[in-house]
Amino acid sequence: MASRIDVSIEHKHAPPDPSGSKKHPNTCPKCSSHYREDELISNLRVCAQCGYHFPVGALERIQQLLDSDSFIEEAKELRSADPLSFFDLRSYKERIAEAELKTGLGDALLMGQAKIEDQDCQLTVMDFSFMGGSMGSVVGEKFARACERAIERNVPLVSVNASGGARMQEGIFSLMQVPKTVCAVENMHDARVPFINVLTHPTTAGLLASFATLGDVTIAEPGTLMCFTGPRVVQQTVREDLPDDFGRAEANYRFGHLDAIVQRQELRAVLGKLLRLFNHGR
Amino acid sequence: MAGELELRLRDRLAKLRGLHLPGSSVSDEVRRIEQQIEVMETGDERSEDEIWNSVELARHPERPYTLDYIERLISDWFELHGDRARMDDPAIVSGLGSFAGRTVAVIGHQKGRGDAVKRVKRNFGMANPEGYRKAMRVMAIADRHGFPVITLVDTPGAYPGVAAEQHGQGGALAASQATMARLLVPTVACVIGEGGSGGAVAFALADRVLMQQHAIYSVISPEGCATILWRDAGQARKAAAAFKPDAAHCLELGVIDGIIPEPEGGAHTDFDAAAIMLGQSVRSALEELGQVDAGELRRRRRARFRSIGVVSS
Repeated sequence: MASRIDVSIEHKHAPPDPSGSKKHPNTCPKCSSHYREDELISNLRVCAQCGYHFPVGALERIQQLLDSDSFIEEAKELRSADPLSFFDLRSYKERIAEAELKTGLGDALLMGQAKIEDQDCQLTVMDFSFMGGSMGSVVGEKFARACERAIERNVPLVSVNASGGARMQEGIFSLMQVPKTVCAVENMHDARVPFINVLTHPTTAGLLASFATLGDVTIAEPGTLMCFTGPRVVQQTVREDLPDDFGRAEANYRFGHLDAIVQRQELRAVLGKLLRLFNHGR
Repeated sequence: MAGELELRLRDRLAKLRGLHLPGSSVSDEVRRIEQQIEVMETGDERSEDEIWNSVELARHPERPYTLDYIERLISDWFELHGDRARMDDPAIVSGLGSFAGRTVAVIGHQKGRGDAVKRVKRNFGMANPEGYRKAMRVMAIADRHGFPVITLVDTPGAYPGVAAEQHGQGGALAASQATMARLLVPTVACVIGEGGSGGAVAFALADRVLMQQHAIYSVISPEGCATILWRDAGQARKAAAAFKPDAAHCLELGVIDGIIPEPEGGAHTDFDAAAIMLGQSVRSALEELGQVDAGELRRRRRARFRSIGVVSS
């Protein structure tokens, strides 16, 4: 329920296949192959049959990408306040508590020091299952701190994104995380700290209008929905059928908004290569 | 809620006052917090009706738009068209003119007034990426030649269209903010009607962010919020009261720097008076900003946005 609610700056982007057909989460929505949990984990949550990329939580993503035991989490004590005392069908505080219990995370973004193929970097990883990866004050603050830490440590920032957009329960404060993170990125650009953006399904709305499009290099996993406005709202506006791959990484690549689409199995190696390239130039 | 927030602000104020760093960004911050506390002390909570009244006035079909203010405040106006790549977006107006005795760049969303054809021509003030790229081009000109930038924000949001997405709407909004974060000239943003989400914030990363008394500034429209959170667009009034898009609340929350008064009954009742009030506020903001060294101005601008947000630990 919660993940259906807070996912956009302007409109709603539901996660793939919301309630409709109640498929098991380990059943591939594309080809219906079914996997045991351990099979999926060992295949990086990619369907062995058709290549569909299942969603990956932040902690598992860290396992997949980083040198083992290299992650040192920072700013993990930060929690959302409830500046507007927001109450819709339930209180915001209750929703946060529920998301925290469900995911074991403090908010939708983890940040800290990391190593990928022996290259030092600062890392942020988002988790879509925490209130749709929505960006409230905590996500904005942690991302901004990640930029500052990357400058201090003089290491590149790698940002792995998954977000439906703004966290509406924080009202205008959630919108203000957009210019806030833009400013943090600009400071990082000025300090010539490399910034590599990885977009995973979905990265939309407020994220796309802020740091997720401002990297030196921007790559995406196959099938990632990366649009500012979601397909349903666009369809309601234009009242015609949308292209099949509307807003997807493949379309964005064609239109020139992405440097590469990278299969999950290749992601660690690609990040390692990019970090080496940027580090050797410095 | 106000109680808790007020205590936190007073605490912060006390700390900042103890710093005694003349000429640094601390003085800006102190003034902003003092204003915030003042609003809290005097302004009792605005009712649902009052907030909704602002929502209606902000979208009033007869409300003055960007070109109405330009006509009244800017002399020797010369409009600049086109993004030099694809097209000219009529939902955004940009150009050069003279204001308070010096050349400025003005950029704003433009809605059409009157019949459907006129409103459609301006796309209801909803810009495409090309519009934001035109704006960035004009910002670059202003930066190169030292012209202050005035932005007038009045949009329901960036246009949700197929081509808009294909041409990089999200990236254009981010790039527009990044451009504003880099400028070495003074910038003043005024929300003059609807400050709708990403489309608005693209022009609002400024040294001073002002709102007209009955303008709104929000992450989503009241109807959109109601549809998502209450599953019923009819709950828009309730939604607006919950997320507080009106100017008084935005000032109280520390998101904007000041409120520009409007004539009794709203800006649409007297365009000339509304323009005079807007012009006075912008002029005094530019005068203050003119005292500050360019690099310092940019540093403060970024630090100010960097500080917005409420977290606990």
